[in-house]
Amino acid sequence: MERLHWVRHRCRQLLEGNSGRGWYSAADGLPNKSSLDAHSSPQRVSGKRRTVCARHGPHQQEYEAVSKSYQGNAIRTTKYSLLTFIPMNLFQQFHRSANLYFLFLVLLNWVPVVEAFQKEIAMIPLLVVLVVIAFKDALEDYRRYLFDKKVNNNVVRVFSGKQKAYIDQRWKDVRVGDFVRLSCNEIIPADMLLLYSSDPRGVCYIETANLDGETNLKQRQVVSDLPLQGEEFSLESFHCRVECENPNDDLGRFRGYMEHPGGLRVGLHNNNLLLRSCTVRNTETVVGMVVYAGHETKAMMNNSGPRYKRSQLEKHLNTDILWCVLLLIIMCLTAAIGHGLWLNNLKDPLFQVDTETSPGLAGFYVFWTMIIVLQVLIPISLYVSIEIVKLGQIYFIHNDLALYNKQLDSRIQCRALNITEDLGQIQYLFSDKTGTLTENKMVFRRCSIYGVEYPHEENARRLEVYEAEKSEEAGRSVTLKSGCSGKSLSCRSLSCQRSSVSLHTLAAESEEEEEQLSNPIHPRTNAFCSRVAKEVVPDPELVRKLNWFCSPELALSDGSSGTPSSLELTYITDFFLALAICNSVVVSSPSQPRHVVPEARTPLKSLEDFKLMFQRLSFSPFAALSTLSPPQMKGSPVSFTRRLFARGKTGSFTPTNSTTDGSEPGRESNLEPPDPRRKLDLSSRAEGGDAGQTEHRDTEDEDAKTNPDGARQDAEGDPIREADRESDTNEELLYEAESPDEAALVHAAQAYRCTLRGRSAEGLLVDLPGIGSLAVQLLHILPFDSNRKKMSVVVRHPLTGHVVVYTKGADSVIMDLAETPKGAEQAQEIYSHIREQTQIHLDGYAREGLRTLCIAKKIVEEEEYEAWLKGQLLAESSIENREELLLESAQRLETNLTLLGTTGIVDRLQEEVPETIEALQRAGIKVWILTGDKKETAINIAYACKLLCPNDQLLTASCGSKDACAVLLEELKVEVQRSEASLTEPTAAGNHGESSSGGVAGFVLVIDGRTLEWALQEELKSHFLELSQGCKAVICCRSTPLQKSQVVRLVRDQLGVMTLAVGDGANDVSMIQVADVGIGISGQEGMQAVMSSDFAISRFKHLSKLLLVHGHLCYSRLANMILYFIYKNVMYVNLLFWYQFFCGFSGGVMTNAWVLILFNLLFTSVPPLIYGVLDQHMPADTLMELPELYQAVQTSKVYVPYVFWITVLDAFYQSLVCFFVPYFALAGSSVGVLSFGSPINASALLIILLHQVIESHTLTWIHALVLVLSGASYFGFVLLFGVFCVTCSPPTNPVGVETLEMSQPLFYIVCALTTVTALLPRLLFRALCNTLRPAAALTSAQTDRVDSERYRKKMQRWNLSHSKANKLPVCADNPGLEPGTDSVES
Amino acid sequence: MMASSYNAKDEDGHITVSGPGGGTLRSKKPENTAFKQQRLPAWQPILTAGTVLPAFFIIGLLFIPIGIGLFVTSNNIKEFEVDYTGVDMSSPCFNCSQNFSWNSTRPCTCTIPFYLDQPYESNVYVYYGLSNFYQNHRRYVKSRDDSQLNGDVNSLMSPSKECEPYAFHENKPIAPCGAIANSMFNDTLELFYNDPNGTRIPIPLNTTGIAWWTDKHVKFGNPGGNPNLTAAFQGTTKPVNWRRPVYELDADPGNNGFINEDFIVWMRTAALPTFRKLYRIINKKSSMVPTLPRGNYTLEVVYNYPVRSFEGRKRVILSTISWMGGKNPFLGIAYITVGSVCFFLGVVLLIVHHKCGNRNNSADISN
Repeated sequence: MERLHWVRHRCRQLLEGNSGRGWYSAADGLPNKSSLDAHSSPQRVSGKRRTVCARHGPHQQEYEAVSKSYQGNAIRTTKYSLLTFIPMNLFQQFHRSANLYFLFLVLLNWVPVVEAFQKEIAMIPLLVVLVVIAFKDALEDYRRYLFDKKVNNNVVRVFSGKQKAYIDQRWKDVRVGDFVRLSCNEIIPADMLLLYSSDPRGVCYIETANLDGETNLKQRQVVSDLPLQGEEFSLESFHCRVECENPNDDLGRFRGYMEHPGGLRVGLHNNNLLLRSCTVRNTETVVGMVVYAGHETKAMMNNSGPRYKRSQLEKHLNTDILWCVLLLIIMCLTAAIGHGLWLNNLKDPLFQVDTETSPGLAGFYVFWTMIIVLQVLIPISLYVSIEIVKLGQIYFIHNDLALYNKQLDSRIQCRALNITEDLGQIQYLFSDKTGTLTENKMVFRRCSIYGVEYPHEENARRLEVYEAEKSEEAGRSVTLKSGCSGKSLSCRSLSCQRSSVSLHTLAAESEEEEEQLSNPIHPRTNAFCSRVAKEVVPDPELVRKLNWFCSPELALSDGSSGTPSSLELTYITDFFLALAICNSVVVSSPSQPRHVVPEARTPLKSLEDFKLMFQRLSFSPFAALSTLSPPQMKGSPVSFTRRLFARGKTGSFTPTNSTTDGSEPGRESNLEPPDPRRKLDLSSRAEGGDAGQTEHRDTEDEDAKTNPDGARQDAEGDPIREADRESDTNEELLYEAESPDEAALVHAAQAYRCTLRGRSAEGLLVDLPGIGSLAVQLLHILPFDSNRKKMSVVVRHPLTGHVVVYTKGADSVIMDLAETPKGAEQAQEIYSHIREQTQIHLDGYAREGLRTLCIAKKIVEEEEYEAWLKGQLLAESSIENREELLLESAQRLETNLTLLGTTGIVDRLQEEVPETIEALQRAGIKVWILTGDKKETAINIAYACKLLCPNDQLLTASCGSKDACAVLLEELKVEVQRSEASLTEPTAAGNHGESSSGGVAGFVLVIDGRTLEWALQEELKSHFLELSQGCKAVICCRSTPLQKSQVVRLVRDQLGVMTLAVGDGANDVSMIQVADVGIGISGQEGMQAVMSSDFAISRFKHLSKLLLVHGHLCYSRLANMILYFIYKNVMYVNLLFWYQFFCGFSGGVMTNAWVLILFNLLFTSVPPLIYGVLDQHMPADTLMELPELYQAVQTSKVYVPYVFWITVLDAFYQSLVCFFVPYFALAGSSVGVLSFGSPINASALLIILLHQVIESHTLTWIHALVLVLSGASYFGFVLLFGVFCVTCSPPTNPVGVETLEMSQPLFYIVCALTTVTALLPRLLFRALCNTLRPAAALTSAQTDRVDSERYRKKMQRWNLSHSKANKLPVCADNPGLEPGTDSVES
Repeated sequence: MMASSYNAKDEDGHITVSGPGGGTLRSKKPENTAFKQQRLPAWQPILTAGTVLPAFFIIGLLFIPIGIGLFVTSNNIKEFEVDYTGVDMSSPCFNCSQNFSWNSTRPCTCTIPFYLDQPYESNVYVYYGLSNFYQNHRRYVKSRDDSQLNGDVNSLMSPSKECEPYAFHENKPIAPCGAIANSMFNDTLELFYNDPNGTRIPIPLNTTGIAWWTDKHVKFGNPGGNPNLTAAFQGTTKPVNWRRPVYELDADPGNNGFINEDFIVWMRTAALPTFRKLYRIINKKSSMVPTLPRGNYTLEVVYNYPVRSFEGRKRVILSTISWMGGKNPFLGIAYITVGSVCFFLGVVLLIVHHKCGNRNNSADISN
């Protein structure tokens, strides 16, 4: 069984290792292989596991035995070594079909009867290609080698058994089983098990930016059951053995157990593992034991090379290459048959060398000879050229300033090197919503608790102000630099001098950050928390209710809008408590290292009151209701009077004291004066709170009457207190959250003074309004998981002592799980009321485009908890299918939840998104939004980003069954067709004009996840596609990652269009991978999307430049270059072909073989490259301004078959001219073979170069230089060759030919005539085309020029007249004219 | 940056500008240079009727005079051509052409009379012309050994295998080897002026100066530098079809062996199946007398060279030359034609430009 597992594992690994690696880049083939070898040898014995024990310790023998097979920490990412370079590289290169073709030609040339050139010459093309590529490979490999060396020679402190101390060792000498000690900011050299952390709680923080780009800190935990403390973790006494799984590439998984000498096993999981190449942060010292080293580390195993995709154009090209092959075969056959016939007619000719061969056989030989002679026709070097050109294009894309994000200091990342031109052909764009269209910077907007909506008007206003401010500043100052600030701030605060060296050498990024830190322009913001996210303006109503909670007496006085019942209060408190603690936020402050949990402040006396209240209420929220009884009501009059008394006291007392006491630890206590009566007071109030609403009303009214001053004072005092607090606490605390939602919620809670102050593995420290700091015992965190769509924390409630589960998650899930608890009817009524109301609010939020999260809680009975705990522990410690067990366990706990409320988080659109989408739509790209959000949210966003116009008709597809779906699709289709018909009618009639265009602009289909599932099925997908084609845009909401990719695949395969998918999160990965072009947005959600993408950009708006300009240019450049390349080859090869008619189809050539070979390889090879990299057929600005131009390339108008054939025909014409003009000029004369070829070659060169000049849209000095050099290289070569090569090129001896030819005027006369005649049609065609049918760009360019010309003239005239006028003293003194002058001059 | 991220980025290919640890303080901001931002000052040749029509006119105006010049030059060249293959029964060489053998000891001679209707003033070049003779056949072209011809002694004794099957004869290396040399033209042509008074005056034909200087002095050379060619070619044998060994081609030691100019001329393989090769030069004696005055001439041919088997033709051409070479009306006509076409197209473009170019521009501006 184990073996079977092992085999499966191997297979998977092999498959994974090989997939996604192109034919060109067998990157890290070697390392992979060796790591596989390592697997296969001794570990077969131990199956799927590896055993690790301390290198220096009592297990020395065992260590020797076990860890022999484990890799050391030295890494080698190079493909070759010095010795293996040549054979390995050759082997790799001959995997390419192109090189095989060359090799075939070379071998063919070795056959004597076929031999066309000398053997050496025939090898030149192959050698050149091989050498060029080998050089490139060698250079890359050398860079890799240098880097490996650098990494391997990093120094780290490793425990030495002999010296019993930590000594410096190089990374490459680190072995599995070594103990490594690291300090803050040091980089982890290998995957290590965390054994000791200087942190008292045994945690340490690592930053995984090097691994996945995420800049937030991750917490790692020392292996449980280890002595956490102690001066220094004693290594000699470490006798544990570690059993863990074999190396794998799953970054998020690590399973194993540690066996103590006593036989006790402790489960190990991902939280105990420090991954190689991460950085230790915020922790003074950590010690770990290496479990995986070198290539077996997860970081290295995750290393995959760049992606190799075959672009659309390349596929096109291949068909054209096939045409070329056909052409070649036709030519060769012609020659073969011609030769046969010619031989047949000859009898005993003098010049016949070989008279024995029959004509048929000779024809057969000639066929092969011709294949060698005409080999250039198959533009093999084109593949190499295309690669070079694409590198050049990538270079320019990469260097584009417009694609640079200043805030993040990031450029575009081009991860796929060979699909640049596909960017120019996109027809469908699939976009994720969150983080792609929006900033993914969540800002708390509003919430609903206990079924009551708190609109947060102020907050909304603030956001609007922010928006305006932001648009003015163009997002310059506010956009955050995520996470870095907090990290560097905190790191600097720690004493990390020791590690500064390694930091400087390796962690270059943090230095950049520090540089930025000193830059005052960038505001220092926290992870996911821009200023706007932090400063939530609380809702007055909610504040009032909370205040009532803090100082209940005062709040009572405000009787105008109802009193919160104590049930509601507990809801509110629980709600905010949940917001504050139900997360994985790491708290830190600049002055305090984040791992230090502040001491819990002195318990407040009034705490008891709250505890009491919560105990009563929270045990079951409905306990209070069910236990309502008249006797308890009795107490209310008493408490009422007491309250009055107490209020009078606090009311006058609080404002004066709060400022002075504010800084003291227990300052909240001043809000609750130590009054023993308060206890009674509170409890009685709590008892009575819900009981008699009417009674409360009365008391409140009375309160308001009796003590209006107190209320006012409180109202005045409160803001001061708040301001105080904010200055005190808000600036201190920095939250680093895994997701922006969490951060937003924590900050929202903080705004309500429900502040998360610290976190440790066991507990949380929370400030509660009116209570002060509370230590909350944290029992479990059930982290977020996309299957469950929620996360939970299990805590012991600080007030009641109950085990409470707080759950936060997607509304759909929580609403389903929130069951009406059994209990009194009244309670159920209230509860269902809450649910209904919340649902209404949820829908409202979604319509507003807010992201909704539901908060729920559950109180777990102790016994129930115990039972669950057992299961959970079992799940945690299991090695096999741990994930499934954990999921199950979590689901077991998250049932029967009590809905507390819901939050609405706003996620603002990124800048220029509407403009970008509009531009893309104008460019003829259909934009689809695929999102997991609710329908309403999605539609709202679509409106916001102008995907949806008010005129558009919304088609909503949402149905429950497949049949319904089929009917619905049909109906919608009919509707679309009908309106299309009606739309065309009035335009045909012509009288509508304006109104018809102002009517329904288009259809937008909105389809939800369930319906999508039906629509994607075999029978319905064609309907769905037809429908979607009739629509301007499609919005798929509630779609899963799988559906996203299915949709993309469907459109891509069925419609055969170019698709682009853009997304930022892990849920978009599959979509990105499926699409022809995948674009990742390096945003807030880590790097998974980026890692799987072809291009990674940082803002959505970059898409427009990337597609409209770079895509367009790259496509047209490449297409034009390919056409030019084919033209060039056909043209040149035909010259040789025509000659066959005059040499008896014998395969003779009129050129020296060197020149023939080098002509393509050297003399005319660089200009096409320059053309392919630099040509700009339209200025970038024009392309941006007129997105419609994109449509020209989108439907591949540049590179269509007829253009190909026109090019080939033109090439034929030119070759005819180029051959026959010299032919007629020299026919019958005493011209020799080479002398005949000389003017032909020279004019061919001129024609080819000048042809490019005609075809080029831009000519810079680089073009000029390259063209001149190309021409010069040819003439230089042939002249020198003709002078110095006396016997070097045996059959075709060039001595003196060129010198003589070029000294004769006839040569120039022939060349001039040939060149002009050959280029005439092309020139005429271009000129007529551009004149009669000017492309939009051309006109616009002309317009621009004309306009600018006009403007310039006008200005000149104006200036002239003005300068004249200026001479007049009157005008000079006229102040009114001055600004005008300035503006004109400027 | 670590190995992992290094690789990911490095594989991106030459893109990661800031190396690990290298540019620590450098921003990733791309440089704002004209080159990197693709804003190099560029000439944008938008070819419209308006922009190209000057070119057409210029070409037209240049080509037509050149064409006329060429045409006139070509017409001024005097050329006389006579076919002596002897295909027709009436031809004087018919008999010779019928019974031919390479090894015949008795030379067959035929006499061809012809009349020049105008005097040839300058130097007259005597060519022999062959038709349907594929000197450019791939195998034929290769069938030579340049080292041997250059005078390399080793190659002399062991010719390159390119010469096969004409490398060895009776176990002796052939000098010069190869098919080209073997098939060397071996007719002898003599020219007589028939004076009106009845006497036949032989016209002196220069045997030197007909080959390229580079060929004679650089490319070809006799082996060993031995002035005694007989000794130098010791151990070699003559090509099968030859009647004399190579060192007996000419009595003049400066024109014998491999550097015999007839041989050199023959060895420069012709590009096309119908070609002529320079045979002799008739130098102008004085400025007063035409080189070849008008009158009757007799061509005496020692008919050795068989071409009838492959339907070849043999000709003798007398021609004067100009700066542009021999007589060739094609270039002149072509130049005039192309020039006229260009001019015509220029006019067409002018019309197009006036009709469309202006319309477009004005439309754009009004927009």
